[in-house]
Amino acid sequence: MTLDGAPDNRIGEVVEAGSTGFTAECYALYGAPPLGSLVRVGDPAIYGVVYSVTTAALDPGRRVAARGADEPDEASVYRNNPQIARLLATHLQALVVGHDRLGTVVQRLPAAPPRIHAFVYCCDAGEVAAFTEQLDYLRLLTTASVPAIDEVIAANVRLAAEGRPDAGAFRQRAANALATELASDVTRLNAILRGIA
Amino acid sequence: MTQNERANGDVSSVRPEPVEGSDERKEATPGALLGAVVGGSLTDGVEVRLAEGASVEDIPVGSYVVIQGERRRFFGMVSEVRLASTDARLRSAPGGFSDPLVTQALSGTAAYGAITVRPRLTLPAVAGSDGDIAPARTVPAHFSRATRASDADVAQVFGAEGGSNFAVGTPLDMDAVVCLDLKTMLQRSNGVFGKSGTGKSFLTRLLLIGVLQSRLSSLLIFDMHNEYGWEGGDVERGRRVKSLKQLFPSEVSVFALDARRAGNAPVQPDFNVEIGYDEITPEDIMALRETLGVSDVAAEAAYALGRRFGEGRWMREFLRLEGSDEIGELANEINVNGSALATLHRRLTNRVARLPFVKESAATDAVPSIMDHLDRGKHVVLEFGRYGDDVVAYMLVANLLTRRIHDRYRERQSADGGERATTPLTIVIEEAHRFLSPAVASQSPFGIIAREMRKNNVTLLVVDQRPSAIDPEVLSQVGTKVCCLLDDERDVDAVMAGASGSRELRTVLAGLRSRQQALFFGEAVPIPVAVQVRDYGSDASYNALMGRRPRPAAVRPEPVEGPRPAKTPVRAEGNRGADTPAATDDEDDDPLFG
Repeated sequence: MTLDGAPDNRIGEVVEAGSTGFTAECYALYGAPPLGSLVRVGDPAIYGVVYSVTTAALDPGRRVAARGADEPDEASVYRNNPQIARLLATHLQALVVGHDRLGTVVQRLPAAPPRIHAFVYCCDAGEVAAFTEQLDYLRLLTTASVPAIDEVIAANVRLAAEGRPDAGAFRQRAANALATELASDVTRLNAILRGIA
Repeated sequence: MTQNERANGDVSSVRPEPVEGSDERKEATPGALLGAVVGGSLTDGVEVRLAEGASVEDIPVGSYVVIQGERRRFFGMVSEVRLASTDARLRSAPGGFSDPLVTQALSGTAAYGAITVRPRLTLPAVAGSDGDIAPARTVPAHFSRATRASDADVAQVFGAEGGSNFAVGTPLDMDAVVCLDLKTMLQRSNGVFGKSGTGKSFLTRLLLIGVLQSRLSSLLIFDMHNEYGWEGGDVERGRRVKSLKQLFPSEVSVFALDARRAGNAPVQPDFNVEIGYDEITPEDIMALRETLGVSDVAAEAAYALGRRFGEGRWMREFLRLEGSDEIGELANEINVNGSALATLHRRLTNRVARLPFVKESAATDAVPSIMDHLDRGKHVVLEFGRYGDDVVAYMLVANLLTRRIHDRYRERQSADGGERATTPLTIVIEEAHRFLSPAVASQSPFGIIAREMRKNNVTLLVVDQRPSAIDPEVLSQVGTKVCCLLDDERDVDAVMAGASGSRELRTVLAGLRSRQQALFFGEAVPIPVAVQVRDYGSDASYNALMGRRPRPAAVRPEPVEGPRPAKTPVRAEGNRGADTPAATDDEDDDPLFG
C-alpha cells in the first residue's frame, strides 16, 4: 500500500539486513527497480538506494545451463522452459540512506536495520521528490564502499530529476551538494557529475 | 546537448552576462557579504574564503573590507586575490571542466575564490557607534564574516569633512568621502609624487586650498610653473582653472620675479622680487654647484671670497674683476685653485648675474617683505614667470629665500624658547629632488627643514616626479605621501620605503589611472587609500570648496588689512574681495562672489 492509496508498489522482501544496507528478493523475476532507485522498507520506513541487482539460480549449488541452442530467440527459451522462472530469483541490494522518525524523514542511518521479510516498496515520484528535498543522503552514498558507487549516485540523481518539474535546477542542486562532499577529489566528482548531466 | 554545445553555448546560463554599461562601482555593493575568515596571520593578512555569490572579479586589490569579529570589527584592505582549489588535480584535469553543470558545481566548492585581507584598524564592535579607532594588533577569529566596507564604515574611518579634515575625493570604488587630517599632516613634511603629467600640480593646488582654509599653516609656494597664483592649467580638460589668488584674493599675496607675468593674470603682483648680490651667500653657491656645473673646489672658493671681501660684498667685488689676470691674482691671494675660481667667475657671470631679477643692489629686500606678509596671515606665492624653466633661477631663489626665512623662524623660536606660538609655515617646492638629492640635502635649507621636522615651525611640501633622486633620509621624514602614478621601479621603491604593506600598495599604485587618481598614505590618513581626486575646475567644484567654513583664526595674528572673515563663506568672500582690485570686476558674474 502506498501513502496516497495508489496501487501497491511492493516488489519484494528483505532477506538479509545490516545497519548500512540490505538485500531483498524480488517477487518477480527481473522485478527489481532500476539501479539507483529509491526503495522503502517496513514501517516505520527505512529508505534505501538500489546499488546492485543480481539474478541467479535460487539454489546456489545448481548452475544455470544454457538452453537456447535450438531456439530462434530469447523469448522462446523462457516460453519453452517454464520452470526457469521458478529456478531463478532476482535480488536487489540497497544502501540505507534514511528513515522515518516520528513522521519525518531523517537522512541518517536508523537505530536498527530493517527486519527480515520486511516488505520492500518502490518509491513513487512523489515520495522520491519529498525524500530528495534534502540531499544529505548523498554523503551516505559517496562514502559507501561498494563497487561502482559513482554510477549508482549518478543514476540516483538522474532518476530523481526525471520525476520533478524542476529537473535542471535539481540536477544543479545535487551537483553542488556532491561537489561539497567531494571537493577534495575533483576527478571522481567530475566523473559523477558528467553522469548526471 | 553535446559536450561541444555545452562548452560553446550554454555557459551563459551559468555565469551571469555582464550588464552593458555596468561598471565596477555598480557591481561592488558596499556592505555585501564576501565570505568567512578561514585562516591567516596578522603579518600576512587573514584569508577569507569567498561565499557563494561573491566573485573575485568584483574585488580589486586595495578595496576595503570589514570583518565582524567576536568582540570587535576589523577594517582592512584586500592585499591579494586568489583562485584556490581543494584539490590540486583541478589544475591539471585532462580535458578541463567544460560542462556548465560541472563548472558551477565546482565553483565555490572545490574551486573557490579567496582574498587576503590585511587588518589595519579595529573599529567599535557596533557599526556606527562612537568609539576609538585603533591600529589592529590582532586578527579576527575563525569564521568571522567579512563584508565589503560600506560608505558608512569608510566615513567612520576617515572622519567627516570639516574642522581639520579636508575632503580630497572618494575611494576608487566607493562613494564615501576620504578626508585628510590636515592637523596631523602639517606636523611633518609631506610629499606629492608622480610622473610628469599625472596631475601633481592639480592635486597640490587642492591640498593647498585645504591648508589655506584650515588656517593651520601659512604657505610659501615656490611656484615654478605659475600654477598656484592666479590660475593654473587643467591639461586633461584643456582649460584654465582658478588658483589660490583668484579664490582667496585677500589671503594670498603674489610675489613675482618676472615683472611681465606669465599668463593673463589681471592683477598686479603684490611684490616684485629682486635679488641683490649682497643677498647671495657662499652657502647658496654651494647648493647650486651641481646646477651651475662647478666643482666642489670652485664652489668652496665662494667661502674664501666671503672671508676675503665680507659676506655681503663678496659677489659684487668678485664679479667686478675682469680678465684672467685679475682672477689669477685673487686666486693666489686667497689661496684657491686659479682655474676653479675662473670657472666660478664665468658661471656666476653667465648663469646668475645675467638673470634680470638679480641686481647688483636690489631696490627692495624680499625676505622682510615675505615675512611681513606671512605675519599678517597671508600666504605667499612666488611666481617665477618666464624663469620657471630656468633651473638656476628657481634653485637660487628658492634656496636663498628659504635659508633666510628659515633662519628667521629659527631665531624667533629660540628667542622665545619655543613658547610663543608663531604661525607654522609650510614651504612648497617643485622639482624637489634638485634641492634634496643625497649630495646637497645635508647643506640645502630644504634638507635641514625636512630633517628637523617641525622644530622651528617650518615644514615642506615637496612636489616631485623623481623621488628616487631624493635623499632617502629626507624621504623617511616625509609624514604623508600622496602618490600619483609612477612607472620607474626605483621611484616606486623610494616612495614605498618603510611603508607597511608596501607590496599591496605597489599593486594599488600600479593600478591607478594616469590622471586624477592618487594613493594617499602616511600619517594624515588612518590607512592607505587610493583616491579618485575630487573635481576641481568647475563652478560647482569651486563652490563646494569654498563652502568649507573657515575656522576662526586661533593661532595666527589677524590680518592687518581688510575685515576678518565673516560667518558665512559667501559673504566672507565678498568681504575679502573688497580690498583687492581684482575682485571688483568679478563680483557680478562670478558664482563665488555672487
